[in-house]
Amino acid sequence: MNEPAITVYTPDSSLSTPLIMVREMFRDLFASRELAWRLAVRDLRAQYRQAFLGILWAFILPLANTVTWIFLSRAGIVSVGETALPYPVYVFTGTMLWAILMDAMTAPLQQTNAARGMLAKLNFPREALVVSGIYQTLFNAGIKIALLIGALILLGMNPGWNALLFPLGILSLILVGTAIGLLITPVGMLYTDVGRAIPLLMQFLMYLSPVVFPMPKEGWAATLFKINPLTPLIVTARDWLTGFSPEFLGYFLAVNAAALALLLVVWAAYRLAMPILIERMSA
Amino acid sequence: MNDTLIKVDGVSKKFCRSLKKSLWYGLQDLGSELRGRRHGGNGQLRADEFWAVSDVSLELSRGECLGLIGHNGAGKTTLLRMLNGLIKPDQGRIEIRGKVGALIALGAGFNPILTGRENIYTNASVLGLSKRVVDAKLDEIIDFSEIGDFIDTPVQSYSSGMSVRLGFSVAAVLIEPDVLILDEVLAVGDIGFVIKCLNTMRRLTANSAVVFVSHNMQFISSFCTRVMVMKHGVTLLDSPNPAEGIDRYFALVKHEQQTSGTGEAQVLGLDLLVNGEMLTGEEPSIPQGSPATAVLRMQVNGPRACAHASLFIMDETMVPLVCVPIHDAYSQMLCLPPGEHLLEIPLGIIDLNAGKYSFVVSILDANTSIGLARVQGLRPFRVFSDRTQWGKIVRPAVPKFRDIPGNISPFSG
Repeated sequence: MNEPAITVYTPDSSLSTPLIMVREMFRDLFASRELAWRLAVRDLRAQYRQAFLGILWAFILPLANTVTWIFLSRAGIVSVGETALPYPVYVFTGTMLWAILMDAMTAPLQQTNAARGMLAKLNFPREALVVSGIYQTLFNAGIKIALLIGALILLGMNPGWNALLFPLGILSLILVGTAIGLLITPVGMLYTDVGRAIPLLMQFLMYLSPVVFPMPKEGWAATLFKINPLTPLIVTARDWLTGFSPEFLGYFLAVNAAALALLLVVWAAYRLAMPILIERMSA
Repeated sequence: MNDTLIKVDGVSKKFCRSLKKSLWYGLQDLGSELRGRRHGGNGQLRADEFWAVSDVSLELSRGECLGLIGHNGAGKTTLLRMLNGLIKPDQGRIEIRGKVGALIALGAGFNPILTGRENIYTNASVLGLSKRVVDAKLDEIIDFSEIGDFIDTPVQSYSSGMSVRLGFSVAAVLIEPDVLILDEVLAVGDIGFVIKCLNTMRRLTANSAVVFVSHNMQFISSFCTRVMVMKHGVTLLDSPNPAEGIDRYFALVKHEQQTSGTGEAQVLGLDLLVNGEMLTGEEPSIPQGSPATAVLRMQVNGPRACAHASLFIMDETMVPLVCVPIHDAYSQMLCLPPGEHLLEIPLGIIDLNAGKYSFVVSILDANTSIGLARVQGLRPFRVFSDRTQWGKIVRPAVPKFRDIPGNISPFSG
């Protein structure tokens, strides 16, 4: 008979033994794969089974956003600068991509919050919640992309071979979204202020990204757009999909590398934070 | 062979009374954790904090079952949560060998929209079991739960009993832990299901170290090989004799004395004579099966011509178990005239179950039945027995064997 594993709980921070911590992180990530899948299947099924409009909800919001902006610009209420793409295509791809980023960003906090009851009572790999959130974002993104591509073909766009890189653009949106989402989760679990402030902040950020407006050519706004790390993500994904060569490829790669590093750090923070957060939840 | 599976060494945990401060401390703890500092700081309490668990140590081997008892807020659940690795101790060290299984939060991860069958899979994977394992045991789970055809109905239309049954079944059929944690899981379901749960628990406990929290002393008495009594986070007693632990637990139950009525009569004292010996002391312990006599001193005042008195024995939940009407020689209520009386009242054999009891004396006006005095929570006492039985009254019997008439039995043919 092999010796059973020994688990030790002490007040010491696992940061004092970083190698063991990293090994445990990946061990738990591996162990969580089936649970993550189950949770994702559970949530998606329940979500779509209880909704009359079903998968429509995956794209109804960006669609409404698109219609609003097309209306605003057609009616001349808001004057939107020249875009290389036809404006409806520009705004439609923009809002769809932005919605995917938002989904990815809200998922970790939302998943962890929804699992409060389970977290407070059972010990399971906490990574499962995050991975389950990613699965769900991917599923919903799949629906959006199918619609997006359908619409582009209807509008007579030919993406060309570059479109094969488009999934990479989506993955990087989800990577960045998850990293930021996971970053705010520990504090967001303690204080609900965080969860409320995020949509507000993101609304503002949306107007600083080339989602519904094209990039300004000059002035301080142009600088802001250029600095904004979300700009290369949106622009690159859109360029790949619509057959342009990506404008900010270098910055795009840099943002992804930074997001990957950030993800590792915030993942560790999330694990360390869990017992402290659970302590502050009611049992 | 040393088969110690749980080793808890001087573990403490602090909690905070105020939510605002609790969240703020949470944020501070988060900060210090991320800087790699020790959890729990220097062992000092911050404002509004208290020790929910304080310097608790224990060791448990395979095959042992520890009953953890104490009143609400004694720190039992907090200790369990630390054993389960959900929260970190502020001080001390916990070492656990092998797989931990918990029968708490039955049906964790259930989604009300999905069917029972779908939820079995989710619940099982929360418990760390793969789809393959569940597939093999699905029928057994459904059988165990007695859910029947409802298994393909959304869980939201289940009764609360049904969903708990399903949750218990998933865990009971699937887990095979080395360390089993049980927290008041048997408080639900009808008696048929409770018996099934008990049998499952016996199977699971045979091969693991079990920590069992319950307020039901019958369960504790029949399962546990050891009992630990906690109060305000501190271990009061850790005994290999469950009966001793249970007795200690009952000693914690407070029977408040309460007087009501018009005040035209007084109870001046109530003493207990057991085996011919007057029991003094705060709270006497009577061995089960001893003959006892109550000595009641009371007074009836002025204008009332005649009063009737009765004695009751209440259990710890203030349910009256025994009624002793005080009679004269003709089986009528005894008329007590004004003045002071000292009565010796035989109570017979004390065959109450192990537990905590107290007396109520009630004195009524004989004509009008107006309550002159009613004193509750008088002279609390405990009944001690090696075994806490499944009944309020314990009356062991020795049968006489009779001849079996012919070979005809009412059960044959």
